[in-house]
Amino acid sequence: MKLTDFPDSRGHFGPYGGIFVAETLMAALEELRIEYDRARNDPAFMAEFEYELKHYVGRPSPVYHACRLSDAYGGAQIYLKREDLNHTGAHKINNTIGQALLARRMGKKRVIAETGAGQHGVASATVAARYGMECIVYMGAEDVARQAPNVYRMKLLGATVVPVSSGSKTLKDALNEAMRDWVTNVESTFYILGTAAGPHPYPMLVRDFQCVIGRECLQQMPELAGRQPDAVIACVGGGSNAIGIFHPYIPHENVRLIGVEAGGDGIASGRHAAPLSAGSPGVLHGFRSYLMQDENGQIIETHSVSAGLDYPGVGPEHSWLKDAGRAEYVPINDDEALAAFHDLCRYEGIIPALESSHAVAQAKKLAPTLKKDQIILVNLSGRGDKDINTVAKLSGITL
Amino acid sequence: MSRIGPTFAALKAQNKKALIPFITAGDPGRGMTVPLMHALVEAGVDLIELGVPFSDPMADGPVIQRASERALANKVGLKDVLAMVAEFRKSNDATPVVLMGYANPVERMGYAQFAAAAKAAGVDGVLTVDIPPEESTGVADVFKAAGLDPIFLLSPTTPESRVAQVAQAAGGFVYYVSLKGVTGSASLDTDEVSRKVAMVRHHCGLPVGVGFGIRDAASAEAVARIADAVVVGSRIVNEIETAPEGEAVNRVKMLVQDLRRGVDAASR
Ligand SMILES: Cc1ncc(COP(=O)(O)O)c(C=O)c1O
Repeated sequence: MKLTDFPDSRGHFGPYGGIFVAETLMAALEELRIEYDRARNDPAFMAEFEYELKHYVGRPSPVYHACRLSDAYGGAQIYLKREDLNHTGAHKINNTIGQALLARRMGKKRVIAETGAGQHGVASATVAARYGMECIVYMGAEDVARQAPNVYRMKLLGATVVPVSSGSKTLKDALNEAMRDWVTNVESTFYILGTAAGPHPYPMLVRDFQCVIGRECLQQMPELAGRQPDAVIACVGGGSNAIGIFHPYIPHENVRLIGVEAGGDGIASGRHAAPLSAGSPGVLHGFRSYLMQDENGQIIETHSVSAGLDYPGVGPEHSWLKDAGRAEYVPINDDEALAAFHDLCRYEGIIPALESSHAVAQAKKLAPTLKKDQIILVNLSGRGDKDINTVAKLSGITL
Repeated sequence: MSRIGPTFAALKAQNKKALIPFITAGDPGRGMTVPLMHALVEAGVDLIELGVPFSDPMADGPVIQRASERALANKVGLKDVLAMVAEFRKSNDATPVVLMGYANPVERMGYAQFAAAAKAAGVDGVLTVDIPPEESTGVADVFKAAGLDPIFLLSPTTPESRVAQVAQAAGGFVYYVSLKGVTGSASLDTDEVSRKVAMVRHHCGLPVGVGFGIRDAASAEAVARIADAVVVGSRIVNEIETAPEGEAVNRVKMLVQDLRRGVDAASR
């Protein structure tokens, strides 16, 4: 089997992935699997998905040659895939449109979602408004406090935001609570999962909806730069923007794929969110993958300056690509991400999301080791408007 | 061999139904679990389900979530739970014990290593909520080889076509979850449960336990008329949570005696 042929029919990427959920959800996941299989082979469904991406999201998103940043970093040419220019300001909308169209096809009028930074919550609330669906968003109580503007955005869009106060009060607990809602309302409700993780078929379908990013790059890079990049860099929370840009490049064997995890205060500090760099395989949230866990198999709390990367697991396909050696995964610490955030603001006039700043920071490390005519393509997964309060606070400024 | 089969056989011979309580190991304190287990036996239970605390109890409602959090605050992990069962076995070699929890603590220990340790401690069955039969290849077999019964869930959403497949992987008994939802959810519809249990029996020769939504003697009696075993979790855990300091064992005993009367009323 080729690397791109995964997952197998039961959702496995080698030892990773699968369906690890309570019995009550098994039938719903099977229904979703069957319906998605029909949808992706239905030209009318795919045409509508593409229409929405073009006219509602504004795709294709441009690829941009960041000349001044490249000069400053002193080495390879850096190109940015501008997912920050999408409607709602991040790549998340590609996936929520796909899933909302599936929900509509399946006759479900109530959608639920989990969110960390609030970007997926906003993207879910947006499509729920667009298609006339009821939307409930679960969000860790701690994230509700640190992402107040996004909470208000979701409310403006008509969604109900439910703060989750169990466990560590962050993204993983929001995911637990969304699963609990789904178990309870499984017949009426569609769960719009926000990243390429969860039980099969989610990692596969989220990847498929996000692959538009990489497919566009395959076409845009030769047009703009005359060839494909030497390396593709993306940040990895659950892994959806990364798998979206990586996957179409997997068969291009001389393109390095580099995923950037949240190094937080540094791997040695233990305060990070880098399961691929410093975790071990386990089962959480319906799938097997690398996790951050203690010696008893309890999930440990994560830390990152960016709420969107603050997750103890990672999508199963990334674990698989790591073990297969097709992709590399590295941590970037909070301070390195912040420096890259400011670099992009000052050199290019682009305020990036803190998540995406991790990918830029890795380009900063890699570029000087490459030649001037080599190319790094960075997935700029989102814009940083949501993060200005966080950045101001870290700089000692009160807005 | 596991104690579960013989226990159900003996009950059947007496025309009785099983009462199965659930408590979380390590809640409210490390030293409380073994005394609570003995109290449950004195109050007349037939089998004990012991919850293994987990940081992310996805299938549990607030009551059992909080019990899990209390147990984790007491630093209780899977190894400690096995030690508690071994301690319980020093003075009780008859009552079957089923561990109920999530995959990751077991995965972390290693399935074969866990199975051997659990058997040695005196565990009889294992229910890992988030390992359905589809993912249990190599797990259920390892458990069975060690003499542990793999317990599986069936739910209102389980299609009839799947019941035989679940039964095939299962051992000891099957656990029918009476409603769509997490543990501790509201009421159950006995007519619906009755229809479903009849369907399950058609495809599965194992005893059928029913749980979720059983809160008092009356609901225990209603379910005992339908099923081979009545499982009560959140109601008992709630009693432990709300009992005044030092009163948990007594409160649980009183509650379980009442549930026992309900279960027995069904066989009269
Ligand atoms: C802009 C942005 N990038 C990346 C992520 C991380 O998610 P993923 O790894 O699924 O792309 C998020 C999550 O909220 C985000 O908002």
